[in-house]
Amino acid sequence: MIDEVTERVDDPSTTKGAASAGAPAAGRPSGSIGTLSLKNVRLARFRDLALVPPIILVVVVGCFVSPNFLTWRNWQDVLVSMSWIGLLVLAEGLVLLTGKMDLSLESTVGLAPGVAVWLTLPKGINHGLDLVSPGWAIPITLAVGLVIGLINAGLIVKLGLNAFIVTLGMLITLRGLLTGISGGQTFFGMQGSMMYLGTGSWLGVPVAIWVCVLAYVVAVLALRYLRAGRALYAIGGNVDAARAAGIRTDRTVAGVLILASVLAALAGIMLSGHLASVASNQGDGAIFTVFAAAVIGGVSLNGGRGSLVGAFTGILLLYLVQNVLTFGGVSGEWFDFLNGAVILVVLIITRVVAGRSKD
Amino acid sequence: MTTESTQTAVPVAPGGEPPVVQVAGVSKRFGATQALRDVQLTVAPGEVHALVGRNGAGKSTLVSILTGLQAPDTGTVTYGGEPAPPLTDRDAWRSRVACVYQHLMILDDLTVAENLFVNRQAENGRPIRWRELETRAKALLDEWEIDVDPRQPARELTVEQRQLVEIARALSYGARFVILDEPTARLDAAGIARLFARIRRLQEQGVTFLYISHHLQEIFDLCQSVTVYRDAQHIVTARIDELSRTQLVEAMTGEKVRDREDPRPPLPTTDERVLEVRDLAADEYRGVSFDVRPGEIVGLAGAGGSGKTALAEALVGLRRPQSGEVLLDGVAQRLGSVPRALAAGIGFVPQDRRAEGYVPGLSIEENLTMTVPHRLGRFGVVSPKRRAALAWTLIDRLDIVPRRPEQEVGDLSGGNQQKVVAGRAIADDPRLLVMMAPTAGVDVKSKESLMATAVDTARGRAGVVVVTDDLDDLRYCHRVLVLFRGDVVAELTGTWDDRELVSAMEGVDLGDR
Repeated sequence: MIDEVTERVDDPSTTKGAASAGAPAAGRPSGSIGTLSLKNVRLARFRDLALVPPIILVVVVGCFVSPNFLTWRNWQDVLVSMSWIGLLVLAEGLVLLTGKMDLSLESTVGLAPGVAVWLTLPKGINHGLDLVSPGWAIPITLAVGLVIGLINAGLIVKLGLNAFIVTLGMLITLRGLLTGISGGQTFFGMQGSMMYLGTGSWLGVPVAIWVCVLAYVVAVLALRYLRAGRALYAIGGNVDAARAAGIRTDRTVAGVLILASVLAALAGIMLSGHLASVASNQGDGAIFTVFAAAVIGGVSLNGGRGSLVGAFTGILLLYLVQNVLTFGGVSGEWFDFLNGAVILVVLIITRVVAGRSKD
Repeated sequence: MTTESTQTAVPVAPGGEPPVVQVAGVSKRFGATQALRDVQLTVAPGEVHALVGRNGAGKSTLVSILTGLQAPDTGTVTYGGEPAPPLTDRDAWRSRVACVYQHLMILDDLTVAENLFVNRQAENGRPIRWRELETRAKALLDEWEIDVDPRQPARELTVEQRQLVEIARALSYGARFVILDEPTARLDAAGIARLFARIRRLQEQGVTFLYISHHLQEIFDLCQSVTVYRDAQHIVTARIDELSRTQLVEAMTGEKVRDREDPRPPLPTTDERVLEVRDLAADEYRGVSFDVRPGEIVGLAGAGGSGKTALAEALVGLRRPQSGEVLLDGVAQRLGSVPRALAAGIGFVPQDRRAEGYVPGLSIEENLTMTVPHRLGRFGVVSPKRRAALAWTLIDRLDIVPRRPEQEVGDLSGGNQQKVVAGRAIADDPRLLVMMAPTAGVDVKSKESLMATAVDTARGRAGVVVVTDDLDDLRYCHRVLVLFRGDVVAELTGTWDDRELVSAMEGVDLGDR
C-alpha cells in the first residue's frame, strides 16, 4: 500500500530518530516511540495467542454440552487423535515460515509407513514382501521421509522450481505409488515396533502425545533461541536480506524441506500405529486442514511471520470443535461443513480485531 | 565537451593516508553489454564522494564490484592500499565496505535489535540471549547516536530510521566506508536535511561515504568531490568546488546545457475552467479550493505530511474526501472511484510507480494500453493492430527506450518505467492530467522528457496538475500552490524565487539555506 509508505515518511511524530541530528523538533511528542513499541508488543502477542479466547469459548460450551467433556480421558483421546496432524502442522509451519510450501506431506504420511509395512510383512499377508526383518520398520519409514524430502529440496532449491507445483506433483505421485504397492488395499498386521508410537504410554500418558508435545517444545525453542531458527524468519521475510547477512539460504530451505518430510513420516508411524493399519488413502486430504490450522493460527502464507504456538492453537481449536460437536450429537456428515465455517469465521474475526489480514 | 580529458585528480588525504578505496582500470562485460570500460575511482578517507551518471552509466555494476558481489574482468580494486579479499570471504568484505541500497535490506517482522545482528544473534549453536542482544543493539545505536528503540519491530520504522539502522549494521561489521545508493529517493525535504546532518556527523566520526544520486543539488550540498561516469566510462573526477553545475550536467549528458530557459508553454487567456476544486477536505487537508484552466500547469507543492498526495489522490478517485466538490468542465464529479475518474477524462501518474504504476511482467504495449480497453476494440475484444498502433504512438511521444513494445516493463530502467506510467496516463487524451512525484528516482534526461509530456498535454488544452516537492519540476508550472500541514499557505505565480518556495513548503523561514 502506497499510503503506508508515504504516511510513514510523512508522519513527523515517528521521526524522532532524527531529532538529535539537529532538525527542529517542532511539537514532537517525546516518547512516542515508546508507546508505539508497546502497542506492537501487544499486537505481536495477540497474533500468536489470538485463538486462545475462541478455544476457551469452545471449552466452556463443551462443559455445558456434556459432563464427560472436561475429563482427562476425553482430552487424552482428542490429543492422541490430533497428535499426527499436529506434527504435520509443525512441519508445514516451518516450511511456511521460510516462504515455501509443501503439499506432499499428506501423501508422505501414507507412503512412508506403507513402504515399511510392505517390505516387512510376511509374504501372503496383503502384498507383503518379507524382505527385511520387522525391527527395521521405523528406520525404513524415516528413510522414506528423508528421500522424499531430498527430492522436494532438489527440485525446489536446486532446480528452482515453484514449491506449490512441485509438491502438488509429489502429492499425486506419492499417493499413486502407495496405491500401486498396496494394490489399492489396506495393509493390516502391523508389527510391534510400528504399534508402539501409536499405542504405548509413558507415565500414564500416551507416547503419541509425548512425541507431539516434545517436538513442539524443541521446535519453538529452536525458533526462538537458535540462529538457525531465526534464519527461517529472515529467509521468509526477505531472502535477499538474509543472503546479504551471510545466511546460507539455499541450504537452510533444503534442510527445512527435508525435516518436514521426515516429520511427516514420523506422523505416519503414529497414525498407522494408532489405527494398526496403513490404508492406501492414509492422510488423504489432510493437507487442507493443516494449512487452515497454520493460517488461522497466525502463520503467514507469504513467509517470515507467525509462530508454531499459534499454529498449534489452530489445530487444537479445530479438533476441540469437532469433539464438542460429537458430544452434542451432531452427525459426522456435518463435520466438514462446520470445520470450514470455523476457519472462515476465525479469519473474519481476526481480520476485524487485528485490523490486518492473515494472508 | 569541456571536460573530455580524464583528469584523475586524486584527492590527497591529510597525513598521506592511502585512499579508502581505489579502483584502477576496471572493466566488466555482461554478454554483449560492456558495463564498465577501464574505469577508475579513488575515495579519500573521511570524504563524501559523489558518484553520478545517468542510468546505464555503470554505477550499479561498480557498486556490485565494490561490495564484492562480482569480480571485475580486468583491473584492480584496493581497500586502504590492500588488495580486495576473495569473493567468497564475505566477512572480509563486510568489514571493509557496506552498501545501503534503495531497496532496504530490513526484515519487517524482526525487531531492530535482531535486524542489527541478523545471523550474529549468538555464537552458532549457542542459545540467543535476547536481553543481551538488546543491550548490544542499544550500545551500537548509542555509539552512532541513533535514537531508535531496539525492541521496536522494524515494520514500524520510517524510511529514514530504516536507513540509519542499515548504516549502524554496516558500521557494526567494522566497515568505515559506506555506499549510499540514492538514499533520498523516498525521503521528503525535511528528511533529506536530517539525513545530511547525520552523514556529516558520521563523517566527523571517521566514516567515509560514496554517495550515489540523481539530484545534483544534493551533491553540491553534501559532497567534497565527485566522479562522473557516462556510457560505462570514467569522464571526470574533481573537487566539488572546482566544478559548476553546468559543467557537471554536461559531463553527465555529454551535451551542452542550454541556459535555463522558461520551459512553460504559453498560458492561453481564457475564462474556461477544466478543473474546479471547492472546499475539499479530508483528514490530511482542509478547505482546499483552486481552479485549473485549459493549457495551464499547476503545481501542488509541499513537504511530507502536507497533504498534497492525499489531495491529488482524491482528485483521481484513489481516495474519497470527506466534504467539498470537484467539477470537471463544469460537471460535478462523484469522487472515490478510479474507473469513474478515468471515464470522466482524468489521467494520472500515481505516487509510487512500483506499487501502482505498472505490471512488471507485462509488456510495454500492454502496460501502455491498460487504461483504455474501449479504444482497442468493441465488446471487450482487443484488436492487436489497434493496440500496437496506440502503443507505438505513445512510445514515440514519450521516447521510451528500448523501442520494443514486447519488452517487459520490469526490465526497463527506472526512467523508462516512469515514462510507461506517464504514457498510460495520457493514453486516453485526458482533460486533466495529474502527475504525482513524476520524476522521483529518474535520471536527468528522462526527467526532461517526462516533464515535456506535461507541457505537451497542456499545449493540447488539457489541464495539468503536478504534485511534487522537486524544484526542477515546479519550474514547469504556471502557478504553484504550496500546502503545509493540510492548508494552502502560499500561491506563487509568474516567476518566483526557489527560496521563497522552499520556505513556504517547510513552513519556516529557512534564512541562510
